[in-house]
Amino acid sequence: MASSTHTASRGLAAQEPARPRARPSRRPAGGGTGRWAAWAFLLPLLAYLLAFYAYPLYRNLDLSLRDYTVRSFVQGDAPFIGLANYREVADNPTFVPALTHTVVFTTASLVLQFGIGMALAVFFHQHFRLSATLRALFLVPWLLPLIVSASTWSWMLNSEAGVVNTFLGVLGIDPVNWLTSPDWSLASVIIANVWIGIPFNLVLLYSGLQGIPQQIYEAAALDGTTGWQRFWRLTFPLLRPVSAITLLLGLVYTLKVFDIIWIMTKGGPADSSTTLATWSYQLGFGSLLPQFGPGAAVGNLLIVAALAFGLVYIRVQRRQGGTA
Amino acid sequence: MTSFGRSQRALGVALAALVAAGGTVACSSRSDSSGDAAGRTYTIWDPYPQFDDSSDWVTLLTKCGTDAGVTVTRTGYDTTDLTNKALLAAQQGNSPDVLIVDNPVVSTLAEAGTLTTTEETKLDTSVMEANLLGAGQSGGKTYGVPIGANTLALYYNKKVLDAAGVDPTTVEDWAALNAALAKVTAAGKKGITFSAIGTEEGSFQFLPWFWGSGAQLTKLDSPEGTAAVSLWTDWLKKGHAPNSVINNTQTTSWQEFASGDFAFAENGTWQLGNAKKLGFEYGIIAIPAKAGGPAPAPTGGEFVTIPVQKRTDRYTTSQKLVACLTSSDNLLATDTTLSYIAPTVTVQDKQVAQNPELKVWVEAVKAAKGRTGDDLGTKYPKISEQLWKAVQAALSGSKTPQAALTEAQSAAAAATK
Repeated sequence: MASSTHTASRGLAAQEPARPRARPSRRPAGGGTGRWAAWAFLLPLLAYLLAFYAYPLYRNLDLSLRDYTVRSFVQGDAPFIGLANYREVADNPTFVPALTHTVVFTTASLVLQFGIGMALAVFFHQHFRLSATLRALFLVPWLLPLIVSASTWSWMLNSEAGVVNTFLGVLGIDPVNWLTSPDWSLASVIIANVWIGIPFNLVLLYSGLQGIPQQIYEAAALDGTTGWQRFWRLTFPLLRPVSAITLLLGLVYTLKVFDIIWIMTKGGPADSSTTLATWSYQLGFGSLLPQFGPGAAVGNLLIVAALAFGLVYIRVQRRQGGTA
Repeated sequence: MTSFGRSQRALGVALAALVAAGGTVACSSRSDSSGDAAGRTYTIWDPYPQFDDSSDWVTLLTKCGTDAGVTVTRTGYDTTDLTNKALLAAQQGNSPDVLIVDNPVVSTLAEAGTLTTTEETKLDTSVMEANLLGAGQSGGKTYGVPIGANTLALYYNKKVLDAAGVDPTTVEDWAALNAALAKVTAAGKKGITFSAIGTEEGSFQFLPWFWGSGAQLTKLDSPEGTAAVSLWTDWLKKGHAPNSVINNTQTTSWQEFASGDFAFAENGTWQLGNAKKLGFEYGIIAIPAKAGGPAPAPTGGEFVTIPVQKRTDRYTTSQKLVACLTSSDNLLATDTTLSYIAPTVTVQDKQVAQNPELKVWVEAVKAAKGRTGDDLGTKYPKISEQLWKAVQAALSGSKTPQAALTEAQSAAAAATK
């Protein structure tokens, strides 16, 4: 990515000298107003960033550092209590399970989504008949509103009337309490999340595959490589930049997944599918008495986690760009 | 006015960010009630989004406004959104003049200092049933007037009970209910469905059994409390209730009952309309207490409240609006539309005269208890959260009823300290 923007800007620079020659009269006059125009273009963006990113983040931080009760929320006089909310959250018996579930949920979702997405991308790259149609069908999970897919999954996985248990029954397997057993609920929401995430991975990896020149494969074929070797020696390394961004975006999306879990299990039973995201919602909005402070603290932990991985990504990118 | 809208929207975004997960608080920008023309415009928020402007409910609101000499602007919100909406509006100094809100929320809003007392606004609550009014009282003050009540009872499928040889009128205590469920299961049908979901809905459905065994919310892990959790847990173990109850909302539980396979379903007054469409003969009995007789079920239903305003001269008109909405004639009409039981004896009698089927519900409402009553107030939500968690833990088999409740009690004690 870094290298491509690099060449792009170099390309622009190369065109630059041609311009003043084409329109010589514009340039000098534009000096003063140009700066104003530049600011005018920048302003909406700045206003947008301030109103929709900086302020909410600031408010969220502020919420997490104050002792908000419903009363002080309304009066706006909540006392500053430093990191007490964070301490409270960390000491809460839900914290360790929620953190573990978040890690398991995110890792399992990413590995499966990426693996299956990659396999499908390579498969569809063969350009057989109807491959475009089939590929379009695979996008359906992505197009469906989350509430629709999550509700459908929760019907399918229903212990009593779900189609999955009926199917298992036909095969002679005992029904599984997918959503209502503490041993299965996390697995169930992971399955649903993987299903929803596959198209995203498929699309990005497929477009990455299209960027690999066909000649390389032809050359490799001449050298007598097997398909397996071609994948591990050529496709996989050449896809590395695309894979990295796919995984990073996937990670950020998965960390904050809330709707699927909330609709399917509400984080239960007995916190067995609670992640940091659902816990944050549970604290802030899930009961009759909102606990804004601790809820915001958990939300901030998630933001920090996503930010940390973002920085790791940039780091890796830079190193790759440097060696290349 | 635009600055109001903007800051409110920004706050909405802030709250949305609060949930990094993205549970959004869609904050529509509302026009506030300032300015000249607005002096005669009164805003009402209610949790009945199912009613549009042509409905009887909105017609009634308009009429009450006209009688008081003002114009009424009404907005219907989803009931789960309304608490946070009301808190945000109070923070912005933008509260509606009249707010109709779910009864357990009243103590929370009162705690936030956003509601006026009936004493301040001179609202008459003397005719209201004391057990219903209790949910709107804390610290010896009353913060609103009940507009109607609903509660829980057991619906039964007559055909299933007949086939199993069970007489529903004999189901008067837990032992009889267990025996009935055993017979139904032996006859190849399903016993009972309810909702034990991990939200307030789950606690709402569990409370009749909890209270019915004599347990108190101030001591979750009493032997009585354990008996109630064990009752439900044993139903699941013996196959008298389906495992899906752990995730059932009251709506999905009703759908299970509507399939025709279940003998009993624990559900509320609001399903009466749907009950007529069931396609099989049904009946209703009170939820039995452990030792017999009807168990106290929690009261559902809303309160009409007057939020605190900067301009206190508005209370006079707001008071007229509330008095109009809760007058006997209008209560009868409103509670019939909402399928609620009226909060006064006079109107309850009229309701039963109109529809004898409601008799069992009127009795259930009389036996019912407010969740935030017993001076629990804002402690209730914290206790309730631990209670539904304990029920879920026991039902899903991750803890024994006793262990789940012991843990819940210590967590609730810590949270309400």
